[in-house]
Amino acid sequence: MSATSISDEKVAAPESVSSAVHRNLSSPWASFAVIVITILWTIPTLGLFVTSLRPSDKANQNGWWNAFIDHTFTASNYSEVLTGGAVIPQGIANFFINSLVITIPAVLIPLAIATMAAYALAWIPFRGATFLFVTCFALQVVPLQMALLPLLQLFNKGWKVNGVSIIPPIGGHGTYYQLWIAHAMFALPLAIFLIHNFMSQIPKDLMEAAVMDGAGHFRIFRTIVLPLSVPAIASFAIFQFLWVWNDLLVALTFAGGNDQVAPMTVYLSNIKGTYGSALHLVTAGAFVSILMPLVVFFALQRFFVRGLLAGSVKG
Amino acid sequence: MSPFLSETLSKFQQMGTALAVFFGVLLLIFYLGSKTSGRIQTPTARLVMLGPAIVLLTAGLVVPAVLTTISSFKDANNRKFVGLANFNWVFTNPDNLVTLRNTVLWVIITPLVSTGMGLLLAVLIDRMKRESIPKSLIFMPMAISFVGASIIWGLVYEYSEPGGEQVGLLSQIASLFHIADPPNWILIPLWNNFLLMVIFIWIQVGFAMVVLSAAIKAIPVDVVEAAMLDGATGSRLFRSVTVPMIRGTLVVVLTTIMIGVLKVFDIVRTMTNGNFGTQVLANEMYAQSFVQFDAGRGSALAVVLFLGVIPVVIYNIIQLRRDHAR
Repeated sequence: MSATSISDEKVAAPESVSSAVHRNLSSPWASFAVIVITILWTIPTLGLFVTSLRPSDKANQNGWWNAFIDHTFTASNYSEVLTGGAVIPQGIANFFINSLVITIPAVLIPLAIATMAAYALAWIPFRGATFLFVTCFALQVVPLQMALLPLLQLFNKGWKVNGVSIIPPIGGHGTYYQLWIAHAMFALPLAIFLIHNFMSQIPKDLMEAAVMDGAGHFRIFRTIVLPLSVPAIASFAIFQFLWVWNDLLVALTFAGGNDQVAPMTVYLSNIKGTYGSALHLVTAGAFVSILMPLVVFFALQRFFVRGLLAGSVKG
Repeated sequence: MSPFLSETLSKFQQMGTALAVFFGVLLLIFYLGSKTSGRIQTPTARLVMLGPAIVLLTAGLVVPAVLTTISSFKDANNRKFVGLANFNWVFTNPDNLVTLRNTVLWVIITPLVSTGMGLLLAVLIDRMKRESIPKSLIFMPMAISFVGASIIWGLVYEYSEPGGEQVGLLSQIASLFHIADPPNWILIPLWNNFLLMVIFIWIQVGFAMVVLSAAIKAIPVDVVEAAMLDGATGSRLFRSVTVPMIRGTLVVVLTTIMIGVLKVFDIVRTMTNGNFGTQVLANEMYAQSFVQFDAGRGSALAVVLFLGVIPVVIYNIIQLRRDHAR
């Protein structure tokens, strides 16, 4: 046990004292236990990856661990699952594109709307601001299930009062509008909450100085608050990206039977049900779908953790 | 150009146009807004900045939630009021009793196990040197979709015909313990529910660990030091210092997972679609609403979900108030 036993993430207070305490606490048994659990936690994903690289006869004949003995690997499962082939006629490539096209606006649009709303609630004082913020916060607990049926009706039929169309039906076959709007709606409570919490911490002096200079709200928002809020915005963006990319419920509801717009989660759920015995292809498809979030996750973990802590520790 | 390419191109075109219109309008409004004089600018800014959020939240959550509540008292086609018939069906239909039992099992077991394991890991990790790699790897499942996780674990639970080699890891482990011809795990009544819960726990432990680990690191060093000078070590230190100090965070983690698990849908749908006695409320809600097209029953199930969330949230708020009051 050396004196360098400081944790990697420097969250704790004064280093010297903390490291002394830490040194007393650190134990080889703890390290051993953590390593064992880490291996246990990683094995299932490793199994998926190895299976996806085995030829079909091997993958469906014996367990993936045999691959380390017979050393037969192939990338052909990936080419087959991407474009579709003899076993599964439909490829995942289309659905991958759909996932991308759904996710990008479903992150950017609520982000823009929530950032503006958070600013208004935090920095434009008016009666009812607190009430609005609390309402918004409370909406976080409404399960999506409460909104799905009526929202689908609204999207498909629009809203008419005495035959006069107030809101027209939104999006036809092959368009993404319903998914974008639904995801934007469902994201707002958490987004406004997270970004508001961060924005309200900006020093008041900074704002007052800008007002003295004659800056209006639009300029303050653009030149001061927006640049300072980038960490909170980034945290939420990662959150929302993972949420939308991994979502199945909203996708099934608003694009369920429509392969032209359905994302990969819908495709995977379907092939798991229909072609579950073609392990080599189902695993390859699953790996294609988790690759993107894993890259984003490992690259931007810091922001993700920060958002998580802001969202749950403060409550 | 291949059809795939041209289709992809038109999809990106659709996306590009939508984004360009959305942000174009925003920029235009911002430009016009900043030209207005001070007296008008504040109300304009309030309207422009809050308006979209209020419209979307009202149309997307508030009004639908009210409509769903109303539909829960109506028949399958959302026409006639039927009183409490749908709720009566939710709580008396024999299939639903299994669904309710499973949901209760999920709601009690998965938060306790996830938080417990997360706490254990957070404490252990606090006592080791190179924590970032194990932390990342245990946290990693958080990035994987429930559907992806279900496929990963479906492979672990894979069943092979008797006599042949084992494909599934669980069966292989069982045969190491001399269990000849391991069963098809996912078909074993009652226990299959726990196999599905493992998937959820596998994902949530990382979340619990990361949040609790941050809370443990935030415990003031002098508190720990004082306790150690008094001779507290190991489990004693854990029980009388660590746990009381992070109690608030523990409650938040527990209730967050509890609210999440009440709505669990993807895992059950992908693994069994609710068959073999594994149905849960959220998947039954989807099945009633979008497969059976019974708006009344589907809405009633959604309302039951909502009512289930409320006590958890209230408990959470009471605990937070108590912590702040100290």
